[in-house]
Amino acid sequence: MPERKVIVESEVGLHARPAALFVQTAAKAFIEVTVAKGAGEPVNAKSILSVLALDVRQGEAIVIRAEGEGADALLDELAAIAAAS
Amino acid sequence: MEALAGAGVSPGVGFGPVHRLVGGVPTPPADARHDGDAAAARRTALAALERVAAELASRGSSAGDEVRAVLDAEAMMARDPSLADRVTRLIGEGMAPALAVHRAFGAYREMFSAAGGYVAERVVDLDDVRDRAVALLMGLPMPGVPLVAEEPYVLVARDLAPADTAVLSKHVVAALVTEEGGPTSHTAILARALGVPAVVACPGATAVPEGTPLLVDGASGVVRPAPTAEEVDDARRRAAAREAALARSRGPGVTKDGTAVPLLANIGGPGDIAAAVAHGAEGVGLLRTEFLYLGRRDAPGVREQAEVYREVLAAFPGGRVVVRTLDAGADKPLGFLPSAEEANPALGMRGIRMFRHDPGVLADQLAALALAARNAPARLDAPARLDAPARLDAPARLDAPARPDAPARLEVMAPMVSSGADAAWFKALCAEAGLGEAGAMVEVPAAAVRAREIAEEVDFLSIGTNDLTQYAFAADRQVGALAGLQDPWQPALLDLVAMAADAAAGAGRPCGVCGEAAADPVLACVLVGLGATSLSMGAPALPAVRAALARHTVEQCRAAAAAARRARSAGEARMAARRHLPDLDDLGL
Repeated sequence: MPERKVIVESEVGLHARPAALFVQTAAKAFIEVTVAKGAGEPVNAKSILSVLALDVRQGEAIVIRAEGEGADALLDELAAIAAAS
Repeated sequence: MEALAGAGVSPGVGFGPVHRLVGGVPTPPADARHDGDAAAARRTALAALERVAAELASRGSSAGDEVRAVLDAEAMMARDPSLADRVTRLIGEGMAPALAVHRAFGAYREMFSAAGGYVAERVVDLDDVRDRAVALLMGLPMPGVPLVAEEPYVLVARDLAPADTAVLSKHVVAALVTEEGGPTSHTAILARALGVPAVVACPGATAVPEGTPLLVDGASGVVRPAPTAEEVDDARRRAAAREAALARSRGPGVTKDGTAVPLLANIGGPGDIAAAVAHGAEGVGLLRTEFLYLGRRDAPGVREQAEVYREVLAAFPGGRVVVRTLDAGADKPLGFLPSAEEANPALGMRGIRMFRHDPGVLADQLAALALAARNAPARLDAPARLDAPARLDAPARLDAPARPDAPARLEVMAPMVSSGADAAWFKALCAEAGLGEAGAMVEVPAAAVRAREIAEEVDFLSIGTNDLTQYAFAADRQVGALAGLQDPWQPALLDLVAMAADAAAGAGRPCGVCGEAAADPVLACVLVGLGATSLSMGAPALPAVRAALARHTVEQCRAAAAAARRARSAGEARMAARRHLPDLDDLGL
């Protein structure tokens, strides 16, 4: 399954505005997409509550996975959001 | 019932039945089951969540940027697909919709609390969304503020949060009364912006039963439950006299003896221009620019910013527009600025401090402002009007009255200046950008104490009384219990204002006031007496301030200021000043 491993660079972590943007972008896709913190359990990347509950802070690694049509483009977009400082 | 006493923070008289802001929504009974039709129960639950989301999103669209961000995030929570999965699973186990929604939120609530930090702080938002959905499913009144009412009501609460008040309007709310809060609290600022009478710090208010008729005097702070018909008539007569007096108050700000005191508006974006013009603002004394930056991944471009500045400049031909450069801090981090978690954001990297090492974002903002000024819609060299009123004895070149035949003059000022070195640095950066008029805000007590050296480096000073008060008394504006210390009538604050204004006059520079203090008509007279050369405030306060100034001479204002400074407390200062300002009665003050 296509995946991206990204270090979250934002000072606020994957919270607040970056989290909202990340989830909104994932929610627009028709395919399933998950996000996990490090080697942890993957959660639905379209769920703001699940993403916030991961509590990803600056400098921590996440793994984003998706499969299906447009998966690579979507993963690139999500990775860019997560990696943006 | 006995009359209650609080602090009047937004003048006017309001009368209507009490509506108490609902505190909490009960937990659904632990044994609540649906009637066996799980599919129908699921539809009911998800429909309630969607209705909550839609309502939050629509409230957000009529709110300011910061409130909108909170409400949009709450709407996303209500529409969360994983939450919906949990609700579906719990309903599948037989739980009633309200209980299932409550439990589903409960799971996230635990995770959020355990995470700590930012995520734990979101529990408040989570609970708000949950309570709304549960109230809807249990047929209980929705927590929050009714948006429509047959007759305007008096909203009574312990304190009001931005989410409660984002959608309040004058047409449904006759007055606001809170037990907590102070003159600079959210409630007070909001009430003045709406033009709704308000009393804060009023003990016992939430004990008045729902529906009781309440008479609220937002000037004196007296709140009367179940008043007699005569009391209501009398209060209304005074309110009508005040309205009539305000309606007659027109034109530029000027004292009874002909000294011009330009009256300007504090605005948070182009959306506030209409109200400022409608209330006769001679320009903008404080344009907050954070709205351009909040909620973005990258800083706004120079051209994009310049368009917005030009729109504001175009609205005030012949007037002036004072722009405060970006005032960001750790409490509202921006993705494109460095930020670290700080225990005390108000005492941390905020205002120009943030740019002393890397001025990039600030330099772009100044370039955008210079670009807007170059394209302002008229020319600067239009002749002065001959009938211009006299000036205050400070050589108030920048505070000259508005001239409709000239373009708006752009001035920029830096927030959180604390030394002459800060001021000189900012002035040089402005000069580099091609901006002629650069000023410094006086918010840090050190800046008031050393105002002379700051004034010598820049073209004007502007006192931000809200922050100056919180820093002078080491009393956080968000802490309602410290309301007494956040009162701009405190003689110590008046002393600091006098120091800054005197120093500015000594250096030949104008000194405006742009905090909420200027919105209090009595205090506005005192500020002029202390040496303020212009006043800027939320637009709805302008007519009352204009009327109060027009009724008194500069000499009376000085006497009121001197009396207030001799007082030992904020309350005493107000009473002492009031005695020297005899012609406020018809304004209901």
